[in-house]
Amino acid sequence: MPIVLDSVTYTYGQGTPFEKQALTGISLTINEGEFIGIIGHTGSGKSTLVQHLNGLLHPTEGQVTVNGINLADKTEEAKQSRHMVGMVFQYPEHQLFEETIAKDIAFGPTNLGLTQEEIEQRVKDAMDFVGLDYKTYADRSPFHLSGGQMRRVAIAGVVAMKPKYLVLDEPSAGLDPAGREEIFAEIMRLHKEQGVTVILVSHNMEDISKMATRLLVIDDGKVLLDGKPIDIFMKYRETLQKAGVDVPPVSQLTAYLNQRGLPVSEEAITVDDVVASIESLKKR
Amino acid sequence: MLGNITIGQYFPGDSLLHRMDPRTKILATLIYIVAIFFAQTVVSYLFVTAFTVWVIWMSKLPVRLLWNALKPLWIIIVFTLAIHVFTSTGTVLWQWSFIHITKEGLQMGVLMTARLVYLILFSSLLTYTTSPIRLTDGIERLLRPFQRLGVPSHELAMMMTIALRFIPTLLEETDRIMKAQESRGADFTTGSLVKRAKSMVPLLVPLFISAFRRADDLAVAMEARCYRGGEGRTRMKELCYTRLDTVSMSILILVVLIILVMRFYAV
Ligand SMILES: Nc1ncnc2c1ncn2[C@@H]1O[C@H](COP(=O)(O)OP(=O)(O)O)[C@@H](O)[C@H]1O
Ligand SMILES: [Mg+2]
Repeated sequence: MPIVLDSVTYTYGQGTPFEKQALTGISLTINEGEFIGIIGHTGSGKSTLVQHLNGLLHPTEGQVTVNGINLADKTEEAKQSRHMVGMVFQYPEHQLFEETIAKDIAFGPTNLGLTQEEIEQRVKDAMDFVGLDYKTYADRSPFHLSGGQMRRVAIAGVVAMKPKYLVLDEPSAGLDPAGREEIFAEIMRLHKEQGVTVILVSHNMEDISKMATRLLVIDDGKVLLDGKPIDIFMKYRETLQKAGVDVPPVSQLTAYLNQRGLPVSEEAITVDDVVASIESLKKR
Repeated sequence: MLGNITIGQYFPGDSLLHRMDPRTKILATLIYIVAIFFAQTVVSYLFVTAFTVWVIWMSKLPVRLLWNALKPLWIIIVFTLAIHVFTSTGTVLWQWSFIHITKEGLQMGVLMTARLVYLILFSSLLTYTTSPIRLTDGIERLLRPFQRLGVPSHELAMMMTIALRFIPTLLEETDRIMKAQESRGADFTTGSLVKRAKSMVPLLVPLFISAFRRADDLAVAMEARCYRGGEGRTRMKELCYTRLDTVSMSILILVVLIILVMRFYAV
């Protein structure tokens, strides 16, 4: 059940003096089980692209289908398909509105028309999932939490809808390193344990290189590169730099070491990988 | 969906109208709008029309933009026309049961509608050719003489500047929150009135919170830069009258005089 984009073009404010073409002829297939990282500099069209995946924006030209169903259709079927794609926006904590955390998380499941017990179960699961104790937090106001906790509540609100695909637009923006690690660990668990297909927008290469199985580099509304992260870092360093994104520091380091004559494995992604590679070189 | 609201939107350009001092433009617009109400005969209307078209042409704005300014008010325009056409007494031109159209009604309706349209066009010309900053600067300066009467001219202008500055931001924010809640299954467009009003809660609560947060941030930022009201405040771009303003104002006064003369002699 893939998401298929067929030559999608999107223009903001069509027919006004402020027309702006944000996407140009993007064709793309997102298969179930993938972990896709989307990277590109500010204004390259990442947010515009991901908003097409659950029908928040409809292409000016071309079409988006989930499971063969066109998201722009007005049918009940298309609505169901849109609900299969969960969306976590940048600064998702800004969308909280309920008096209690549990009520806020229940907003999505309630809109799905589930039974009361099912809703309650999902709220518990979702809170458990993002590491907020149900007993302690369920009846607290979401507005008295720290920034990182608020964001976790917001993410729980989307997770509680049990989407098959989860889109996250820069979920770590404005968090401290510890908060970032936590959020990413949760996303990774969602992917591994529940088999959710993840589409992660970020401009931090390091995060993406650690998690994504496939990397899309967006530049000027087009897909510039599409492939395995490590292949892209190894082969397209210059293209990446021209598109205004940096290769992750570890890849920069391995490239530099190789250039200076130390043949460490260029497939190293974490610092530990590099250390291991150097150790094995020493043994030889 | 919210992106196409154009009320009071500045359209950058380099026409003579763009270059005029905002004070001149504000005063001229006020004077002209009052003057339009003195036009009564067909000839004077033609004269007003010609002048309005000429000024629009001078502004070098795309005609579509001015059309957009009129569009949101079409109901009022049609209503004005209808009231005059259907309710006036006089020579009956056409009749069907109790509905009748008279010659006088038709004439009056067209003239009143034209008046309204010119009024809207002229005030949108002002906002299209003047950036919000210059506009509020102009208002502040024009209000300054009234400061002695207790009119807080600087504060009023600053409030307007800030409000104008945050309109697009809040629209963007609304759009974003709507999308976020829609992804959580919220439905803003269907259902009964009560249901739709209820569905606004998930939109309005975050919007208000965000507005207060922004207000707070802005206040802190202004304080951090030692803002303490208009007293002794200097500005980067001083307003100054040029020959352009003198000439424009003279032309306008001439036009107004002609309109008044036409009314007096009922030409
Ligand atoms: N609501 C909007 N109205 C008009 N233009 C927009 C809007 N949102 C984004 N854009 C423009 O579309 C382009 C792509 O924006 P976006 O998808 O937000 O980029 P990214 O998420 O990669 O930073 C940018 O040039 C931006 O200015
Ligand atoms: Mg973005």
